Amino acid sequence: MHKENVPQDVGLAGPLREVVYAVGEDGRYEAVPSYGWDPKTVALRQAWELILKELETIKARVAAGELSPLAWHMTRHQMQPPLLAKYARINRWRIRRHMKAGPFRRLKPELLARYAEALGIPAEDLKRIPDTTDLEFSTNRTHESE
Amino acid sequence: MEIPFEHRQSAHCETGVAANLLSHYGLDVNEAMAFGIGSGLFFGYLPFIRLNHLPLTTYRITTGGILKRLTKRLGVTLRMTCFRNPRKAMDELDRKLAEGVPVGCQTGGYWLPYFPQAYRFHFNMHNLVVIGREGDDYLISDPIFETPVVCHRRDLLKARFAKGALAPKGKMYFVEGVPAATDFPRAIKRGMREVGRTMLKAPVSLIGVKGIRKLARQVELWPQKFGPEKSRLYLGQVIRMQEEIGTGGAGFRFIYAAFLQQAAEVLALPRVRELSAEMTAIGDRWRQFAVSGARQCKGRARPEDSYDAMAATVRECADREAALYHELLSLA
Repeated sequence: MHKENVPQDVGLAGPLREVVYAVGEDGRYEAVPSYGWDPKTVALRQAWELILKELETIKARVAAGELSPLAWHMTRHQMQPPLLAKYARINRWRIRRHMKAGPFRRLKPELLARYAEALGIPAEDLKRIPDTTDLEFSTNRTHESE
Repeated sequence: MEIPFEHRQSAHCETGVAANLLSHYGLDVNEAMAFGIGSGLFFGYLPFIRLNHLPLTTYRITTGGILKRLTKRLGVTLRMTCFRNPRKAMDELDRKLAEGVPVGCQTGGYWLPYFPQAYRFHFNMHNLVVIGREGDDYLISDPIFETPVVCHRRDLLKARFAKGALAPKGKMYFVEGVPAATDFPRAIKRGMREVGRTMLKAPVSLIGVKGIRKLARQVELWPQKFGPEKSRLYLGQVIRMQEEIGTGGAGFRFIYAAFLQQAAEVLALPRVRELSAEMTAIGDRWRQFAVSGARQCKGRARPEDSYDAMAATVRECADREAALYHELLSLA
């Protein structure tokens, strides 16, 4: 790849530039900053869309009284029972049980707190699903807050 | 408290950390050189390891390996420690920082708040250098970012003790001793030999050039095996592993080409410079595979983007890489 062909397609990380290696005018390799590359963004977006789609499915099943909000928050944080088990130090089979609506409703506050801590969210948030998913991707070259 | 440390942004976290750390101690090592001497180049198609339910394809060796080989080959003493107790892990970090020693840490990517959301996956192979501390705020030279970043103690602790596959267990490392003289030509040759060996002579069919051929065969089979929808997911995962941040483009092939270019000078072997050009050309073919794959994922495949055509591209990469590694072995 030549330096002038280094793609500058802004991806999901917005203003963040990464380094790619490319050949400069003198034929020598250089580390060149790049905003991103569309094919890579397509693949990355695909991974996130899979997660967002699953969140929608779970949301519907929670609304139907089948699954618990814990199941939603786990997917939101890309955690399956084995991983959350390690963070919360709760047996994975118990976690599987708590992903169902009934058993979750009867959970003691101590256990809820442990789940919340492991997922890095406040305990009260664990009992409900937010209206909008807080997964935001910046697709601008500048910081939006600025 | 801040250690004067030259932060150079890099493509890949481990090689960036390695190059920045060694440079801090006066060794003239850049990222590509670190990658080459540490024999970072690799290929593995590992369907039994699943990432988000999809088979893992990797273009680099396991985490920690580059650093270990690089320091060994250059005669640098690197002290590496893991911890059980998070408190002790942070205390030890503070102690070394107070001594003015920059400390490398292996962390998970998910819990680092300065990571953009798009890159926050449970991925435990991230490396960074802690270079200062102001109360509970740590100053971090994270090589994939343009400038040093600040991270709170709470988050750093969580990242150092991320769980799951390849959990870092608070691993930290620092340079203890640098040799008076280093034999770069010898280190470079050893690095090249090892890449040639693993890529050509791995005893299993999932690794090295055989692994690339295996991937090509799988790409051909996916449409019949899984149908269009699922094939796209499989394909997307391969592209992600190949082009994701940290690879320097084309699954580390361009970084390796950069290394070969420098190696040609150090070894005074013009042929290696030609191999560098060939590696660049191979990298461009891998990128072509990613372009086709991405169009396929978006459902905008052109005739030249068929799964068979993509498999042919991958196979071409395998053939050309095989020839290149044979020559590397004969030269090194």
